[in-house]
Amino acid sequence: MDFGPHFLIASLEGAITAAILALTAMGLSIVFGVMRVVNVAHGEFYMLGAVIAWWVAHLIGIHPALGFVAALLLAPLLVGVLAAAADKLILQKIGYDPDRTIVGTIGLLYIIQQSTLMTFGPDARPVQPPFNTRLSIPWFEFGDNGFEIIWPWGLGTTSYKLFVIFAAIVILTGLWAVMTRTKIGLIMRATQQDNEMARAFGVPVERVYAWVFGLGAALAAAGAVLVVPIQQAHYLMGGDPLLLSFIVVIIGGLGSLPGTVIAAIFIGMSDGIISVFFSPTLAKIIATLVVAMVLVFRPQGLLGKANP
Amino acid sequence: MNKKNTIISSITRRTALKALGAGTIVASGALPRLGGYAQAQSSEPIKIGFQVHRTGIGAAYGRWYDRTTNAAAQRINDMGGINGRPVEIIAEDDGTDPKRGAEVVEKFATQHGCDIAFGTLFSHVVFGSAPRAGELKIPYFVVSEGHHVASGKLNRYTLQPGITDVKSQVQAMAPFVSDNLGKKVTMIFPDFAFGHDHRDYFSEAIERQGGEVVAKIAIPPTETSFTKYFPNIPRDTEVVYHVMVGPAVLTFVKELGEFFGPSRPEIFGFIDSLEAVDINSPGLEFLEGTYFWEGMPRYAQPDQTSHDKAYRAAVGVDDNGASTSDAKDVSTFAHMFGCWETLNIVKKGMEAADYKGPDDRAKLIEAVEAMSDMPLSDDHPQGAKLFNGKTHQAFGHQYISKVKDGRLDLSHTTSIEDTFYDDEVDYTKQPF
Amino acid sequence: MTDTRRSQALHAGVILLLIALFFVLPAYHVGNLARILVLAVYAMGYNLLFGYTGLLSLGHALFFAAGMYGLGMTMQFFDLDPATAFGSGLIAALVVSAVVGFLALRTSGVAFMIVTLMFAQAGYLTILYFGEYTRGDEGFVIQQAERVFAGFDLTGPTERYVAALLLFSVCFSLIAYIVQSPFGRSLVAIRENEERAKMLGYDVVRHKLKAVIISGVMSGAAGAGYALLFGYAGATFATVQYSILPLLWVLLGGAGVTIGPLIGTAFMFYLIDYSSSITTAYMLVAGVVLVLLTLFAPQGLAGEIRKRALPWLP
Repeated sequence: MDFGPHFLIASLEGAITAAILALTAMGLSIVFGVMRVVNVAHGEFYMLGAVIAWWVAHLIGIHPALGFVAALLLAPLLVGVLAAAADKLILQKIGYDPDRTIVGTIGLLYIIQQSTLMTFGPDARPVQPPFNTRLSIPWFEFGDNGFEIIWPWGLGTTSYKLFVIFAAIVILTGLWAVMTRTKIGLIMRATQQDNEMARAFGVPVERVYAWVFGLGAALAAAGAVLVVPIQQAHYLMGGDPLLLSFIVVIIGGLGSLPGTVIAAIFIGMSDGIISVFFSPTLAKIIATLVVAMVLVFRPQGLLGKANP
Repeated sequence: MNKKNTIISSITRRTALKALGAGTIVASGALPRLGGYAQAQSSEPIKIGFQVHRTGIGAAYGRWYDRTTNAAAQRINDMGGINGRPVEIIAEDDGTDPKRGAEVVEKFATQHGCDIAFGTLFSHVVFGSAPRAGELKIPYFVVSEGHHVASGKLNRYTLQPGITDVKSQVQAMAPFVSDNLGKKVTMIFPDFAFGHDHRDYFSEAIERQGGEVVAKIAIPPTETSFTKYFPNIPRDTEVVYHVMVGPAVLTFVKELGEFFGPSRPEIFGFIDSLEAVDINSPGLEFLEGTYFWEGMPRYAQPDQTSHDKAYRAAVGVDDNGASTSDAKDVSTFAHMFGCWETLNIVKKGMEAADYKGPDDRAKLIEAVEAMSDMPLSDDHPQGAKLFNGKTHQAFGHQYISKVKDGRLDLSHTTSIEDTFYDDEVDYTKQPF
Repeated sequence: MTDTRRSQALHAGVILLLIALFFVLPAYHVGNLARILVLAVYAMGYNLLFGYTGLLSLGHALFFAAGMYGLGMTMQFFDLDPATAFGSGLIAALVVSAVVGFLALRTSGVAFMIVTLMFAQAGYLTILYFGEYTRGDEGFVIQQAERVFAGFDLTGPTERYVAALLLFSVCFSLIAYIVQSPFGRSLVAIRENEERAKMLGYDVVRHKLKAVIISGVMSGAAGAGYALLFGYAGATFATVQYSILPLLWVLLGGAGVTIGPLIGTAFMFYLIDYSSSITTAYMLVAGVVLVLLTLFAPQGLAGEIRKRALPWLP
């Protein structure tokens, strides 16, 4: 394939990765920003979102679109409630101590993974997309006949993939509105900046934490519901999103929500675009080192303040 | 005989221990009927340590390896066991991890007192475990289709008699691909050793047929989206050769279809790319008319043998290769027969060696090394095989199926000779 | 008895106990203990950086793998004898940890976690990329015949246990010495309050770099030891999972306690081993136990002992 179309297809793929990553990482970023804890089980909430999506779509099963919409509403809700319960039962009891949270959430990870394996099984299970038309993309060239529109072989995407990007933007915009325009957002931001002060002003910090933890998990689940018609639900699918979200949150600058979005776009797009120039594994190595070097020379992240 | 009682299909050590008690009682009752010589022998069960991928990336395979192994053990027990002794399967999860794999082999040898270890699939687990098996001098029968055993990198205690290896599978495909599909091949494979074996052995083989590999696209492991790599497929490609493993296989195949749209080249894949996946999953419609290598045909064919029929019934697999209790639960049919056949070979080997206990382990290996012809039978439902005692590797027929109306129809069977290559090792020269 | 004396007695006692266990335990557990000792070296290396210096790395699998491949590759391709190959494993770990330390120490806190994680990930992919030599994920076997050191066949149960115990004892004593030394105490000072340590005139970055290198080389020693004693090197050991394991072992056993890593490693090993013989859902059991431990033994097992009974534990 020529360079131009190749570049376009890689960028499109990068954009889809970025969209999902932005949602998943935003969940982790909110938790990290407000509660200052490392939630190792975040990827498992993502996985649960996908598994519940399969389950809901499977149960409803009348029309793929109906099942999908139901999953998009139900999966984040269920996962969010479960996460909030985990917060109450475990994290609150250990006072959000950073080290203990790591061990506790690793424990949670084992529990969720094994329970899924025992109920859902080890197979990767697909969810049918609500719509999925292959869209060929035109390209141009200056040939013998001057400017021409052509339809290169293989250059295309699907309507569902474009929808994923759109849906991620809608959800993130909604989240941004909540965080900046509503009282809930105000309380969350106040707790993030100084939880002692927030407590003094009568903010029920414990309850806010449970909500935040639930919201973070729900965002991961939402990302998973969007991705599951492209990929499949599988009990080990949480590993990569966890690592990538982590990286995105730190690169973006701790607790900076716009930074998280920018970093997600940076990482998703670079993953796609670097693959144009190098052999696949080498591209992964380079993309990984690029991200590491960004942090080495800008430890506070892209939008973080120096000396946090 | 005694069908109800000698069934030992253990899942955990605890159930195994319970079953052991029952098995011993029944076996001692059954023995006199097997002939006088049996009376003198111990009625203790023969313990087979079963290293199974219950968790980790191999879990989808592990579940079916488990079912096949238990079915095979039950059949052997129904037929009177081995040397009059019942077989007991002691299963331990290796987590599809080479470190745990080695620990599990050690546990079989020194804790459970197993007679042999058996069963694992993923080749890195084989590599991690084989040194311990050799040191502990416990025969280690793998069902992995890796080229590790025949390459000479392992040791005299490691054998692969029940399934063919990737080198022979891959090279046997080249004549079919070049005669029927095209000469210019693009290969897409995972960027680890298993994928590299495909790359190297197929490239060599297709060049011998006058074809060429025009591009080799290695996909990094744990990758979950693939479209961005497909533009590297050259426009003049006549055949795309694909093989992928792991949970993302369905995404891979689906995205391949979406990439080509209406104008796809010929496609030839290893069924590994869709093992345990329903071929009628949404998004796979484009596979109609493409070809797959199969270790054993997933769909019952019109000329189905009685052996295939009996094997399916015993394991609980229907004519579409799915579980008889859940049509959505598709088996790993192209690989799991290896567990069945390996256990039958172990039985034959133990009988030939008059195996009595761990002291006879070397005799067991020599007995298996002495085997060569393994005819198509209930013991070998996948087909006839030739075992090479020097390289500890079996060779057999390979199947190529075409997707037609959402089924895999057998379209070509290779000869066993197609799969031969020169010996790379002679394990029989190594001391025990 | 002074605290120093007590500490010396404790460390000598642990080593004596491990010698005694060899004669008491059945074969299976001797084999396990050899494994645990090698992995505990890995955890001890990790503990120096995490428990004593306060730097949380998520990339130690890189150092473990550097030692493993430093030994494995040189034995494979240059036919080095085990001792020299072990040395080259240590050198590989030294070089890798010096480079990673130099770059990663420009960051701190969570950024340090991520940078080390990314370097380790790049290292893992590099092993796969050079699959022609490393055999990628599948790895390679170091044949029994090659694993002979000074006339001792390291694959025999006794020789293996002795070798593992020797490696462990050297590292264990070294750690005990380091944490009691002025250098070790300044690491703790940095952990407790970096600003203050700086004001007191410590060259904080230099101290941290030293800690990263010692920790990295010790992890590399464990990697090389594992490959030599168990005959296998593979890319699995360079994955993220193997970076998280030492963190888990150290947190379970007790961070910043010299015997913590050994206790944590042994505990986790037997937790998996025993629960898997009770149920196939052993990960569920392991998960529940981890959660309970965080709830009821927040300092890790040895940490709790220190808090409740033996405040002098180093």
